[in-house]
Amino acid sequence: MKKLPRRSIFKRKALNFAVDMFSLAVLIIAIGLMLYILLTVFHYGLRAINWSFLVEPSKPYGVPDSGIANAILGTVFITLGAATLSIVPAVLAGIYLAEFDRHSKFGHFVRFCANVNMGVPSVVIGLFVYSLVVMTTGRFSGFAGSISLAILMFPVIMRTTEDMLLMVPDSLRESALAIGNTRMRATIDVVCKAARSGMLTGILLAIARVSGETAPLLFTAQWSDSWPTGYFSNPTANLPVLITEYATNSPFPEQHTAGWGAALIVTLLVLSINILSRIIFREKHHAR
Amino acid sequence: MKFSGVDRVFKTVCGLCALLVIILSVMLFIQLLWGSRTAWAQFGIGFIFGTEWNPVENRYGALPAIAGTLLTTVIALALAVPGAFAVAMYLVDAPKAIGNVLSHALDLLAAIPSVIYGMWGLFVIVPLMQLHVQPFLVDTLKLGKIPFFGAEYNGFGFLTAGVILGLMVLPFISALMRNVFMMTPGVLRESAYGLGCTRWEVTWDIVMRYGIRGMLGAIFVGLGRALGETMAVLFVIGNVIVMPESLNAGGTTIAATLANNFGEADGTLRSVLFALGLILLIMSLVIQVLAQYYLSATGANRGEK
Repeated sequence: MKKLPRRSIFKRKALNFAVDMFSLAVLIIAIGLMLYILLTVFHYGLRAINWSFLVEPSKPYGVPDSGIANAILGTVFITLGAATLSIVPAVLAGIYLAEFDRHSKFGHFVRFCANVNMGVPSVVIGLFVYSLVVMTTGRFSGFAGSISLAILMFPVIMRTTEDMLLMVPDSLRESALAIGNTRMRATIDVVCKAARSGMLTGILLAIARVSGETAPLLFTAQWSDSWPTGYFSNPTANLPVLITEYATNSPFPEQHTAGWGAALIVTLLVLSINILSRIIFREKHHAR
Repeated sequence: MKFSGVDRVFKTVCGLCALLVIILSVMLFIQLLWGSRTAWAQFGIGFIFGTEWNPVENRYGALPAIAGTLLTTVIALALAVPGAFAVAMYLVDAPKAIGNVLSHALDLLAAIPSVIYGMWGLFVIVPLMQLHVQPFLVDTLKLGKIPFFGAEYNGFGFLTAGVILGLMVLPFISALMRNVFMMTPGVLRESAYGLGCTRWEVTWDIVMRYGIRGMLGAIFVGLGRALGETMAVLFVIGNVIVMPESLNAGGTTIAATLANNFGEADGTLRSVLFALGLILLIMSLVIQVLAQYYLSATGANRGEK
């Protein structure tokens, strides 16, 4: 047996203490920086927010009463569009993996592709949708933005659906089939119902994640000062790109302030969906 | 199992939806390859090693962006990996109530959109770096004399981008590492404590040995995120397409180059940007495959949900 060196108890305890302190310090710094980010966003954002800021569309610099209402509406359109496009196929794909194909090679390959897809940088997805949609139709549009966000959401929803369905005990499936349900009925009415809150959590988290996503929208939805009436055919205003435009391409403090206002709205949107989904998930688990 | 008519249709529809994932992955690759064909035809494989970026004479090389990407990623991971390890170690053993609150706080940190990190970086961290941190490092600690650290600074650059990226990926890595820690059998940890090991010794000599593959997987997931992050970097990197001169110098990354130049891109430049996108895609594919390989060995989930 290898002889281990003798270490003095004092040195060992000192090292342990030092590591403990380091852990605590990193935690405090990380949480502190998060609070710092939130405080900054609230501090500058609240200055921007008033009634007209929330109900007026954005206008070129110098025009009074500029707001961000068009960008808020555009973000809602683009995100809901993405959800509409991705939720049904993603849930069905998750059902396929959990209910029909747990162990085959095809199933493993789909799982592998989904995991890899989750790691593809969103900017690359933007480039992809640009070449697929914008270059072929010849125009930027909010719809193209929705497609890129839908591609980002798809593997996330699929994998959470699968995980949640796998948690449903097989005895439930067997009982449902035993009383004469078809497989489809048993899956949709019994198994999915049992896994409902988990699936909803996955969908909400995916929505929260893409609603602040910026990079793909730079290539697809782009940006405009008008209301999002041309969602299918024209550049569509949205909050993340508005923030980028106002923060980096504008020398005017007024637009910086407006950017902070938009940042506050995006942060509140993302964090509230996020927290809501966790509450849904936790209530279900306590109820059990 | 035999399926009746309705069920066969249902299974087929579900299977087709699952197939979509594979189709998307393949199309992603083909589209970028197709979009970048002009660039590859014009510059050949030497494009990857070219350092010149000259839109006037239409000559482009990818090396400045690739080097910038690697540099920011290395800085980010150098900061985030030890931090994430320490945080995960603390969270595993923390009292349940405190541990839960802190885990949720870290999850929220991971949920903040990257554009917010970018804006905060631009308006808060850049001035802070320029007025306090960099003068302290360069003038007080005389680190400017170290080659490649850089004696000149203006707040923007690789160091700032790396710090912000590090903060962004820390919660992802630590969530995964915590899962890996928790997978060590309790008996193993308890026996080590029973022998009189300190917490650090249990973590380093027992848990680490047990979960080293999971740790690597966690690091690769963080690496993948840092590599492709666009907005947080775009705001603070300085956006000049030159080879990295020093840590404090401005530069660019692949993702930032894409976002920055796409608006006015046409012809050759557009094709070049597609080629850069393809390089980034391949880099992240390799890293994801490695991450999958190591994580699947431990059965830890990806912690991105």
